[in-house]
Order: sequence, then structure tokens, then C-alpha cells
Amino acid sequence: MRRQDLEQVVALDARVTGLEKRAYWERVYRRYGHAQRGEQRLFLVAVAGSEVVGFVIGEVRDWEFGSPPCGWVFAIDVDPRVRQAGIGTRLLTALCDAMRSAGVRQLRTLLSADNTLILSFFRSQGMMAAPMIPLGMEMPPATGRSRS
Amino acid sequence: MKLQVNTLLALYSVLDFAADPQRHIPASEIADRYGVSAHHLAKVLAELARAGVVESVRGVGGGYRFSANARRLTLMDVIQLFEDISSPRREAEDTAADRAIDTVLAEVDQMARATFSSITVATMLRLVEREAGSR
Repeated sequence: MRRQDLEQVVALDARVTGLEKRAYWERVYRRYGHAQRGEQRLFLVAVAGSEVVGFVIGEVRDWEFGSPPCGWVFAIDVDPRVRQAGIGTRLLTALCDAMRSAGVRQLRTLLSADNTLILSFFRSQGMMAAPMIPLGMEMPPATGRSRS
Repeated sequence: MKLQVNTLLALYSVLDFAADPQRHIPASEIADRYGVSAHHLAKVLAELARAGVVESVRGVGGGYRFSANARRLTLMDVIQLFEDISSPRREAEDTAADRAIDTVLAEVDQMARATFSSITVATMLRLVEREAGSR
């Protein structure tokens, strides 16, 4: 991932999600785009000619969620115009290779239960339900005076 | 999670057909394999044919063959032809406990649907291959 690829990543994400999130992607780039050696953060792009046609982002996290060092992939996308050409598979393979060389033996991810497109992709790569259960809750606005 | 017999028969059949999509498989061959009557299986295959998952081939060497896209067809697509896996609506009084139990059952249903909807027949065939290799 190079700084000059960021514009195309922002545009690709906007094309897929319908939302342009420039400030978000700037923060992602600062954290993952030029991580120091040994930080085990990865931001990989797939390039066809001079065009970014896909990206994957992940990192190795140690002992988070009660888990030994583990690779997490938190974003992957491929330009809808070039899907079904194996680009997502190659991106994920490259991410796995990098994580494997860092000594990681488990890859995990988390996504919305109704995101069947990406869920199906990860399933096709051999991922199964992890022995973890995501939990969430609504947080209604606080009422009354808050204690200081 | 327990699927009905016809749903399981449909899944077994779909995997058999999709594993060799060019081949016409006689219904009797599949019926023998799973120990059910040809008459019983015919109803299952007719439903799959109506949905465009398989197509019947008449004449010598006839039978059925896979006619869907294995990379698009999900387990949920097949299951919902035969049953509704959602928890049945309970005829109970609308107490807070009922509502709490319904909330938990809805969570279980959502996870089941997400799992079945995200596994395509192509992915399932790879899983079958992996299981076969592990024995």
C-alpha cells in the first residue's frame, strides 16, 4: 500500500458502500498503511495496471478477546466490476502468508450476520464459525444527572 | 438444529448432483444410496426441479442433473424449499418471560439463517472433500 493508492481505496469503498469516508480511511492509512516493522499490521492492495481493484486490511492481535496471538482481517473488498476473478482469494492468501510468516496459526474476522456476500466469500476460503460469540447491546441515553 | 428428512434428502441429492454436474443420475440410484423409496425421493426431486436446482433428463441414461450455479446456490436456498427453520410462533400469553424467551429464540434463528445463507454448494463440496480426506 502506497500513499498514492489511498484515493483509489477511498473511491472503491465509496462505490461499494455508497458512502465516502475520507477521514476514516486517512486514519486507517495512518495506522495500517505504514506500520513500523514488527507491528504486524497489513494493508495490501491488488493493482491491475495502475488501478487499485481490491484491498485487504488486517493485523496480528495478542491476547485480545482472551485469545493467544491471532490474525484478524477486518476489511476486504474487490471492485464489483472485476469480481469472480480470484482477486479476493489472492488478497486473502497474501495476508495469510504474511501472518503465517509472523508465526500466526489462526485467522479470524467479524462481520454482520446479514452480509451474505462477504460471509460467503470467507466461507469459500474455508473459514468456519469461531468458538466465540459476538455480543452487543443498545445503550439508551443516560437519564438524570451523571455522577462525577 | 434438526432438519426434516426431506430437507436432508434434498441436501444430499444436491451435493451428489453438483459433485458431477454433467452426469445424469437416476433417481433410483440416489434412493438406494440413502435407503429411501424412489417414490419418496421423486417428490423431493420434483420440488428441486420446480425451483430450477436440478432438471430431469428423459430417455435412456436419463435421470436428473444439476442445473443451478454451485457458487451461488446456498444451503438456505435449498432448505427453504422444504421447511421454515424459524422457531414456531408460540401460543402463549404475552408475558415478559414470553417476550424474553422469544428474543433468545430469535437470536438463535438469526444465527442459523446466517450460517445456512453463507454456505454455498461449492463451499459445501470443498467441505465434503476435506472431511473425506481426514478419514
